[in-house]
Amino acid sequence: MHVPDGFLDAPTSVATGAVAAAGVAIALRRARDELDDRTAPMAGLVAAFVFAGQMINFPVGAGTSGHLMGGALAAVLVGPWAAVLCISVVLLVQALFMADGGVTALGTNVTLLALVGAGVGWLVFRGLQAVLPRHLAMVAPAAAIGALASVPVAATVFTGLFAMGGVAPVEVGTVLTAMLGWHTLIGVGEALITGLVVGSIVAVRPDLVYGARRLLAARELEIRTPASTPEVTA
Amino acid sequence: MTGANRRVSTRALWAGLLVAALLVAGVASYYASAHPDGLEHVAEQTGFLDTAEDSPVADSPLADYQTDGVDDERISGGLAGVIGVVLVLVLMGGLAWLLRRRGPTGRERAESDEAGHDADASASAS
Repeated sequence: MHVPDGFLDAPTSVATGAVAAAGVAIALRRARDELDDRTAPMAGLVAAFVFAGQMINFPVGAGTSGHLMGGALAAVLVGPWAAVLCISVVLLVQALFMADGGVTALGTNVTLLALVGAGVGWLVFRGLQAVLPRHLAMVAPAAAIGALASVPVAATVFTGLFAMGGVAPVEVGTVLTAMLGWHTLIGVGEALITGLVVGSIVAVRPDLVYGARRLLAARELEIRTPASTPEVTA
Repeated sequence: MTGANRRVSTRALWAGLLVAALLVAGVASYYASAHPDGLEHVAEQTGFLDTAEDSPVADSPLADYQTDGVDDERISGGLAGVIGVVLVLVLMGGLAWLLRRRGPTGRERAESDEAGHDADASASAS
């Protein structure tokens, strides 16, 4: 969902630029709490992985494709604020070097993919964690559903921006229906990739997954017999 | 506790993520769908695709994930992907490294080094 230059008028691009700048500024302060000697390299690697993942367009129907956005994935792996920075760096490199996504549209893309993508993915993930059994096996499915939700929400926010500052005189309802339809399908792909990647890392090193740490901290308090074996074999 | 689950070392996991990113960007990307993505498709369908403008960096040597001067499309795309992965890794890894909490582990180690010269000395002697 990389918005090119030209889709949105200048005032809207300036406004999303301001929102993106404010969001990144907050993330620069808050991400400190999520990053330490072990998770900082992880954040770099997760950003690199998201960049790679975004190169893989998968077909979602007649003549259309989608690719990973990665906000929910990064949020669950390294924390929501670090994720905002990860996705913003990916978008910056894409806009400046790959001509993927506009340059004046960079603020729009950071708003949609980093702030909305990581934000919605993380909030849905945390909401699900609050109601699901406190078990490591629930981390990947919760991440997948967060990812699933993040794509159509970002598509809806784009449509809102288009309603405010779309250059072409196209009826917003038509755009919304089409955007929601396709991006719900793309969200399924986003959910599959996110669930698979988060599940793989939780299976081998749950302590390196930000969204699983709370569960591990709780597990430390369990009373265990010497015969008990770790239950994270999934 | 978590030690029991450590079937993979931290460095091995990092290496795994890096290799996965390089393979996806460098090799698998060649097989990605060439169809327009959701937004582009909707823009075309509903009639606002022609308001898109060329990126000011459309002449960049890596524009559209193709490396300038490399004729073979597979190598050109793979190379652009690998360069992008490395760029993102260095930028985000560097930023995260600057921002990171200097963990209590680091400070504790420094303090225990000062407090426990004897232990350190005997440890290094053995």
